[in-house]
Amino acid sequence: MVRDERARVLATMVRVTGDVDLAEDAVQDAVVRALERWPVDGVPASPRGWLVVTAKRRAVDLIRREARRSGKEAAAMMLADPGGEPPEVVRDDLLRLIFTCCHPALSEPAQVALALRTLGGFSTAEVGRALLVPEATMAKRLTRAKQKIAQARIPYRVPAAEQLPGRLRAVAATIYLIFNEGYAAGSGADVLRTGLTAEAIRLARLLVALMPDEATAGGLLALLLLHDARRPARVDAVGLPVLLADQDRSRWDAGTIREGVELVGTALRRTADRPDPYVVQAAIAACHDLAPSYRATPWDAVVSWYDVLLSISDQPVARLNRAAAVAERDGPAAGLALVDAIDGLAGYPWWHASRAELLHRLDRGAEAATAHQRAVACGLPAPQAERLRQRLAGA
Amino acid sequence: MPLYAAMTYTADVDWTRPEYAAEMAEYNEFGQAAQAVLRGGKALYPTATATTVRVNGGKGGDVVVSDGPYAETKEALTGFYLMECADLDEAVQLAARIPAAWAGAVEVRPVIDFGN
Repeated sequence: MVRDERARVLATMVRVTGDVDLAEDAVQDAVVRALERWPVDGVPASPRGWLVVTAKRRAVDLIRREARRSGKEAAAMMLADPGGEPPEVVRDDLLRLIFTCCHPALSEPAQVALALRTLGGFSTAEVGRALLVPEATMAKRLTRAKQKIAQARIPYRVPAAEQLPGRLRAVAATIYLIFNEGYAAGSGADVLRTGLTAEAIRLARLLVALMPDEATAGGLLALLLLHDARRPARVDAVGLPVLLADQDRSRWDAGTIREGVELVGTALRRTADRPDPYVVQAAIAACHDLAPSYRATPWDAVVSWYDVLLSISDQPVARLNRAAAVAERDGPAAGLALVDAIDGLAGYPWWHASRAELLHRLDRGAEAATAHQRAVACGLPAPQAERLRQRLAGA
Repeated sequence: MPLYAAMTYTADVDWTRPEYAAEMAEYNEFGQAAQAVLRGGKALYPTATATTVRVNGGKGGDVVVSDGPYAETKEALTGFYLMECADLDEAVQLAARIPAAWAGAVEVRPVIDFGN
């Protein structure tokens, strides 16, 4: 319960103090006190109110201590009256905190780290582990980001309506990256990684609750849910990734798929004339999730959705995925021609891996083996490299 | 309200030469539009006029003077503005209207208030 309230209380404290560092210290102190007091005194009627009042008192103490050194007594006075908070203010505080963490004036790695730290309640060590960065580096990155928010005055507010689409993209991208960090790992045993996908879904849900009319928010949540629904079937008993074609679809989470598909439907109706990249990607995921078998996947629809996606944002990786769908619909030769025509992916392991797979299907074994070597050299994750090697060997 | 320095980096410009008059006019246009928040600012002579000073061996050590800018880059510091804005968003919005932002880049940084 304390953890559930933590992000909300922190959001309120950032608004009140305007300083992420100070707010974190104060909330941390209040949480420690709650863990000491509640088992003795019982849980208060309003846990959040209790935490906010306690955190505010702590913040006043911290500011007073600072004030004695720099003569800023006024800052402490501002906080002196810890009154109750109407619920909608608290709700907006969380939204403000999301937009502050994901402000475009912060670097993308800093956005993700800060969102995990403040909204996810991860420790610095956990954020470092999650993003594969040494803890000391992560601590520096977080400190810099928090200082920039305070000193450069990155505003703590939800942007005006005309800025919202631009800002919402940064927020959505951050949540998506958090999800990807957890999803791309592909190893079933790593608990923290599952924690990342769950955290990203929680944040996406929050975004939808706060902005129910934004297709980007609904599309993002749908996309995450439709990917996450396949998680139980993505790794086999020995921890190797299972290709989509070979997954046991009865292990997919039907409830999650239903929720995702409903969200896609709503979002598509809202954006019929103005496709949103998250909604379109969610639509592609829905085609896969709803197909009774790999063979029965509606490849025509998948290819069309990729055409829509490319019309919004022409990225080489999206072209690669489209080529894979074309290979399923029209055969490996058609797919390979498209894959070979993509520029700029020579350093991308999945481009080589896709070539290896298609060359294998065309019985061009030697070329397939070379492509596989290139994929490994470009950093294809070891489990995926092993899985592909087994396929090429005909296992 | 906090002060922000908006430092303009573009290809080296000699503002004193007449062929830059048109460009200068665009800067003047910005100056007028942003009049309410501008607290100062100047254009600088090109980097050929720069002299970089270092003191070797700490305070009181040998003064070493070298010809040219501190950092030799493709884009040179060509001028700066001081703007008083509510927050970074407002400062960024204004910086985007400085012609240097489309000819090069504008670095925005808060100015420290040592407040007395």
